Amino acid sequence: MLTWLSLLVLALFSGVAFAAGRRRAVASAGGRSRVLHSLPVYYGTYAALWAGAPAALLLLLGASFGGRIEDAMLQSSRPAAVQALEPDRQAVFYSDAHAIASKQPPSEVAYEGELKVALDAKVAEAQRIETVLNVGMLAGAGVLALAGFLLAFPRISTEFRARNRVEGWVSILLIGCSVAAVLTTLGIVLSLVWESWRFFQSVNPISFLFGTEWSPQIAMRADQVASAGAFGAVPLFAGTFLIMLIAMLVAAPVGLYSAIYLSEYASRTVRGVVKPLLEILAGVPTVVYGFFAALTVGPLFRAGFNAIGAALPAGPLATYLMEVQNQMALVAGVVMGIMLIPFVSSLSDDIINAVPQSLRDGSYAMGATKSETVKKVVLPAALPGIMAAMLLAVSRAVGETMIVTMAAGLQAKLTANPLDTVTTVTVQIVTLLTGDQEFDSPKTLSAFGLGLTLFVVTLTLNIVALRIVQKYREQYD
Amino acid sequence: MTDATLGAAAPRQALTAADARLKKRHAAERRFKAQGIAAIIVALVFLVVLVGRIVSQGYTTFEAHTLTVPVYLNPDRIDTSDLSGVNYDYIVAEAVMKKLNVQDDDLGTISTKVQDLVSRDFGFQILNKLKADPKLIGQTIELHGPLKADADLYFKGEIKRETAEGDRKLDNQQLDWLDKLEKTGAIKSGFNFAFFTSSDSTEPEQAGVLGAVVGSAMMLIITALIAVPVGVLAATYLEEFAPKNRWTDIIEVNINNLAAVPSIVYGLLGLALFINWLNVPRSSPLVGGLVLALMALPTVIIATRSALKAVPPSIREAALGVGASKTQTVFHHVLPLAMPGVMTGAILSLAHALGETAPLLMIGMVSFVPGVPEGFTGAATVLPVQVFIWENASERAFHERTAAAIIVLLVFMIVMNAAAVILRRRFERRW
Amino acid sequence: MTPILNPNASPLLRGHAMTVQSPDDTAHTPVIHTTVPHAHAAAAVGEAKIKARDVKVFYGEKQALFDVNIDIPGKSVTAFIGPSGCGKSTFLRCINRMNDTIPSARVEGSILIDGADVNAKSVDPVVLRSRVGMVFQKPNPFPKTIFENVAYGPRIHGLAHRKDELEAIVESSLKKAGLWNEVADRLHQPGTGLSGGQQQRLVIARAIAVSPEVILMDEPCSALDPIATAKIEELIDELRTQFCIVIVTHSMAQAARVSQRTAFFHLGKLVETGPTEEMFTNPRDSRTQDYITGRFG
Repeated sequence: MLTWLSLLVLALFSGVAFAAGRRRAVASAGGRSRVLHSLPVYYGTYAALWAGAPAALLLLLGASFGGRIEDAMLQSSRPAAVQALEPDRQAVFYSDAHAIASKQPPSEVAYEGELKVALDAKVAEAQRIETVLNVGMLAGAGVLALAGFLLAFPRISTEFRARNRVEGWVSILLIGCSVAAVLTTLGIVLSLVWESWRFFQSVNPISFLFGTEWSPQIAMRADQVASAGAFGAVPLFAGTFLIMLIAMLVAAPVGLYSAIYLSEYASRTVRGVVKPLLEILAGVPTVVYGFFAALTVGPLFRAGFNAIGAALPAGPLATYLMEVQNQMALVAGVVMGIMLIPFVSSLSDDIINAVPQSLRDGSYAMGATKSETVKKVVLPAALPGIMAAMLLAVSRAVGETMIVTMAAGLQAKLTANPLDTVTTVTVQIVTLLTGDQEFDSPKTLSAFGLGLTLFVVTLTLNIVALRIVQKYREQYD
Repeated sequence: MTDATLGAAAPRQALTAADARLKKRHAAERRFKAQGIAAIIVALVFLVVLVGRIVSQGYTTFEAHTLTVPVYLNPDRIDTSDLSGVNYDYIVAEAVMKKLNVQDDDLGTISTKVQDLVSRDFGFQILNKLKADPKLIGQTIELHGPLKADADLYFKGEIKRETAEGDRKLDNQQLDWLDKLEKTGAIKSGFNFAFFTSSDSTEPEQAGVLGAVVGSAMMLIITALIAVPVGVLAATYLEEFAPKNRWTDIIEVNINNLAAVPSIVYGLLGLALFINWLNVPRSSPLVGGLVLALMALPTVIIATRSALKAVPPSIREAALGVGASKTQTVFHHVLPLAMPGVMTGAILSLAHALGETAPLLMIGMVSFVPGVPEGFTGAATVLPVQVFIWENASERAFHERTAAAIIVLLVFMIVMNAAAVILRRRFERRW
Repeated sequence: MTPILNPNASPLLRGHAMTVQSPDDTAHTPVIHTTVPHAHAAAAVGEAKIKARDVKVFYGEKQALFDVNIDIPGKSVTAFIGPSGCGKSTFLRCINRMNDTIPSARVEGSILIDGADVNAKSVDPVVLRSRVGMVFQKPNPFPKTIFENVAYGPRIHGLAHRKDELEAIVESSLKKAGLWNEVADRLHQPGTGLSGGQQQRLVIARAIAVSPEVILMDEPCSALDPIATAKIEELIDELRTQFCIVIVTHSMAQAARVSQRTAFFHLGKLVETGPTEEMFTNPRDSRTQDYITGRFG
């Protein structure tokens, strides 16, 4: 609130600076604006930028990091009564102190005796810190705004190159925006690596990557935290791989054949109808696919297998089939495959269309049929590109979350049976991080370990695939 | 020698003759083509089944059965000192029993069974009315409200009388009552406005999508306000100003790869960066919008760059030729000309962000929020997450509502995509 | 090595050069012909390999070719000349029905090869194209090895039953295309690694590997340098003894060097056709004369 108010004041001041700068420029030219180096509006903008931008930046930084600074200062001294608490209770204590100080509802924990005293003290301290921070921030912003204006205003004269200066500001803004993309990557890498690092301090990375038992719920008990078996991610990798494989078995042939048909056989009308329809399939949110998998495909497959089991002569297979559950790997895999069909098809379509027509003509002129041309000339020529498209699809399948969360199970099983329940990396991340969580336990931190693995795998797939595609494009450009 | 081989190996045939080998080749051709058609048909069948299934599961939600009943506000049952503590459900049950001409037994089994048919919404209505005007006590008022979800499902044919009594939620007596109420005209069917004017609730018949729709809208506003300007400016820099060197190469590769990072990783980033480090409130449209903005950024950049590429160099040369600076050229001429393409790309990435679910689960948006979000920092839920929450609910009536929420979500996405298509058709320039 | 190897062609070239040097002479001495062009052509050819009657081609609404009548003899080279967009390539693509691959194209009239109409419903373009090979403007070897490029046709048409038969076909085709000596030691390297001229000869080898009767060449040298062009022209002249060759060319000099008969197309119409020598020294139509003297084109 305070930030918004001060930003508003700052905007007003900036507007005043604009008017003043413009006026001074026009005045210095004696009213003949042609004498000026730049248009008057640039002089105004120049003054306004110096008056507004640095102070606004300070205010925004203060709004983003003020809470953090306050917390750090608040926790720099810990009363003995608080130190006696468990670490997560301590965190609650501080967040309550913070909340009461900023007049927000605290948690429902009741504080008594020494703790109550400590809490009251901390609340008072928090209020003090907040006041100091706010006053400091406002004063800083005021000084910056004034200084900026005083710096810029006297420089305005007929000779002054205001347009170039303003354009300098513009390019700083532009560069800043492009760096945002890099910062996002940096943010992803740093946050994943940092939290994973904390996770790997309690769990050995080797046993995480190669362990075959995954049961983070059990591992919550203190005596099992370090036990190697509980955080072995191999069953998750296996489950992810199994579902990805099933998905690709559906998506690769259907997507590739559709792409071939659309680019080589279909008339313009058919293309014009089918392509937008496939795009609809691509635009459907994944949560919808998840719903479809969980409530339509799952029960359908289960009923189907149960019926087959009932029809078979009694035996272990029949018994097994009759007991198949909704949440099988096959269901999630098939629905994910459906989701990937338009993805594979549109990528392959692009790749196939990039094969020069002259190669097709060469083949037709030899008396090859269309299918011979496709199979023996077009596809071999497009092979690298199609491989890359498949890699991108695999990357999508590995990172897909909602379908598996809704349709695959939670049981970490090491199995290759598509009728069995498996779990995946993404399902586990969701399960570990939804609901109430205490952030420092290895259980929640393990989600970041999984996230890092997922990020590295998909990034590698993407980089390889994009390189192949790029080389492929260059070949035919 | 070789000539002889060649001649022997190439028997001359008439242009119309088809030998066995040729027939085989044409058969292979037909097979291949049929496989292509089959693939397309399979894909389209999936689409039809997917959409058809959701519509068939969800459309019934838009119809609701309501009950109109006169309720006697019995002063004996209402403790004026504690209005909130009164058992209004029983008062409503009494009214319905009177209508049905049945008496409650000593154990209250009849009234309990009646309460299973009528939404608790009636009770809230009475409470609100009494709070506004306590003088109503002792009078009889006409109340209008929804049936309980199971009773509603009976009228929609989801719960059937033919089903064995033990296998359905309502017993024969309850079904008889419902039939009787319908015959007297107390129960009517109509459009389910409540679904659009109420938010999430633990009772299926009272649950609606309003809160989720508002939450989605607020979140998309944040996303658009961040991703579109930053993305457009970044693309402008990279396409128009940036020197071609290693740094810009790195940025370019980086953006292409960011576009393919799994969405759940963005959720982890949001959790670690925005919530744990910057203390942005959990479950808020603000944090959701921030995360989705980071996700949408690469696609906005890529779309903007291709729109800028489509503007012919002659425009730039013309502007530079009359003495405009580089910045003026780009902002006065190139960017405005690229705007339709930019907006199309931006709308499409926002439509995609609208349907995104996974990263929002990481930042606490799965919580139960029974109301419209209070602000950008208040707790909120969004449409796709509402779908996820309802899908997890065990009641059958929620499944119907899940499909209906999906229909609402898809309608929004179709509208956005159509807007993008229209924009492209309307303003697209061919150079 | 001189590019002019054809003893028949050399004097023609000289004649052509003379025409260019003294355009006024020819312009002022018009030759009057009383014979109908195609009747004249038919009389000169005797038995024609390819006979086209009233061929019209439409691209959508637009007519690209108007009533073409021409007889093309076997075992000789016929050149199609004319300015860009005159329909010469369009007509060439009718002969092996390559226009089928363009959805909007429609062909009317009849083209007979050895008396069989290629546009008849019963004709299978696959069989037709195995008998009428084609070489394109830009060399288009498949992204496969040199061997596989040449073996492609024999494989799809089932011309070889054993590996050694296939190898023999590849070898003889490459020899005929004059490429064998250059590539014999690297048959299993990609065909795309060859130089432009070599690629074009590889494509010719690929075409003759299925022993067609007719080879259509659509400006086969336009993407090549003069030395590579000379080699291709030499090759065309050698192949003349075995195949009926039809070549579309932009270069009148090339038409003069390699062809025995020439057909001149203008604005979608076949203006005149006749023995190359006669065309270049003594054109009957003023448009032909304007073209070969460089007034337009």
